[in-house]
Amino acid sequence: MQIKRKHQKLRVMNIRGLNKKYVAILHILIAGLMMSCASDSPKQDRIKVDVEDVASDEIVKSGVQTARQIFYSLPSPLETAMILKRSGAQYNPEILNPVENISRYSTTKSMALNLGIYSTDLSYASLFDQTPASIKYMTASKKLAEGLGILNAIDDKVIQRLEENVNNRDAIMDIISETFLNTNSILEENDRVAIGSIILVGGWVEGLYIATALVNQVGSSDNELVERIIDQKLSLSSVINLLKQHNHMPDIQSVMSDMKELEIIYDKVQISVSRIEVVSDSTSTTLHSKNVFSVSPAVFQELKDKVTEIRSKYIM
Amino acid sequence: MRPLIIILLTGALFFSSFSGSAQCKNFAKRVCRLELAPYIHDGNYNAAILTEGEDAELFKTFYAGQEYRLAVCGSEPLSKVEFQVMDVERTVLYTNAQNSYKLTWDFKVESTQQLIILVKVHDSTGSSDNVNSGCVAIMFGLKTD
Repeated sequence: MQIKRKHQKLRVMNIRGLNKKYVAILHILIAGLMMSCASDSPKQDRIKVDVEDVASDEIVKSGVQTARQIFYSLPSPLETAMILKRSGAQYNPEILNPVENISRYSTTKSMALNLGIYSTDLSYASLFDQTPASIKYMTASKKLAEGLGILNAIDDKVIQRLEENVNNRDAIMDIISETFLNTNSILEENDRVAIGSIILVGGWVEGLYIATALVNQVGSSDNELVERIIDQKLSLSSVINLLKQHNHMPDIQSVMSDMKELEIIYDKVQISVSRIEVVSDSTSTTLHSKNVFSVSPAVFQELKDKVTEIRSKYIM
Repeated sequence: MRPLIIILLTGALFFSSFSGSAQCKNFAKRVCRLELAPYIHDGNYNAAILTEGEDAELFKTFYAGQEYRLAVCGSEPLSKVEFQVMDVERTVLYTNAQNSYKLTWDFKVESTQQLIILVKVHDSTGSSDNVNSGCVAIMFGLKTD
């Protein structure tokens, strides 16, 4: 794809000078263009902002007006489930959103939030080798994706592939990853990225809910699950920045309001982050640093209650 | 005849924007995702059409104990795509410019960190009048146990 940098000329077309056949073709194109503009843009995962830095000589020389695209990446349902398992979480099907609740979800917002919630439940079940539950949650996710008009993101073969790979966890994770990528990219392609943001936030809330539901009390500070729950303070800033990009939409505003309530509680949690030291060997690199956090049992309980309240509202 | 050509060109331009995003999706799925193996792709889609001279930033929290593979890929005709990994104070921790513009970087964090991935598309055309555009995908792989 090449773009002419200079000497671009705009020509004004006189529609009155065209015959009816041409006007009809033009109308079709304009209608298509208007339909594309009427979607839920601006983009979910990125915004264009002016570059704050001093423009480099190269850019000044070229005369191209540069804008920087900004992405905010949330932990995907798959990453959330892996973090949960790595932190010592156990599998508890009782705390997941029952698939029977699917009939309650008829609005775009509720379908998107619960597609995210079911996606996290699906990843969590899969990581603990609960294939029948995985198939159930994949089927529910498929229905919600179709309800949102995201056709072909999860086809019938996906369920069959899950069944064929019952004993191959990596293959199952790969199938799930592929369906998330399909869903996200189809929404992006159709300029419906705000829906994608709601799905991601639903999945993130579910991960936080599962984690907090598995911790009864803040005992010792060496509880890894508690550490990961506290760490979500860092992801919450990405959640809020992601939602800000579509704050003109009522569905996004209500989710944002929930996240702001969480932020008030997270603001009571202190995290100090030390300087990062990079240590590499022949195959990999570790970024060494030490985070120190402090959270009182009362604040942790407040956080747990708020997460439960928000999640209950979403699955109702 | 001339107005018809103008209309058809307008239409081609309009539909090329869809085709561009579809190509970007296919590039991310069929090319960049493969760079993550044997890590499992996290499922997120971060890709955009960038023009030479443009850059992009991605903010993400990386979790303690999890091993990651970062892949940053640029489609034809883009030449060099540089990526830098920075902390929140914008100290550069890694740049692929010092590693022959390698597409991937494997790392883990001792403590959970928010990091910034800065992607720069280098200008290959020099003083030419043309600038190239192409798809740039930023993808993350997760190491399984």
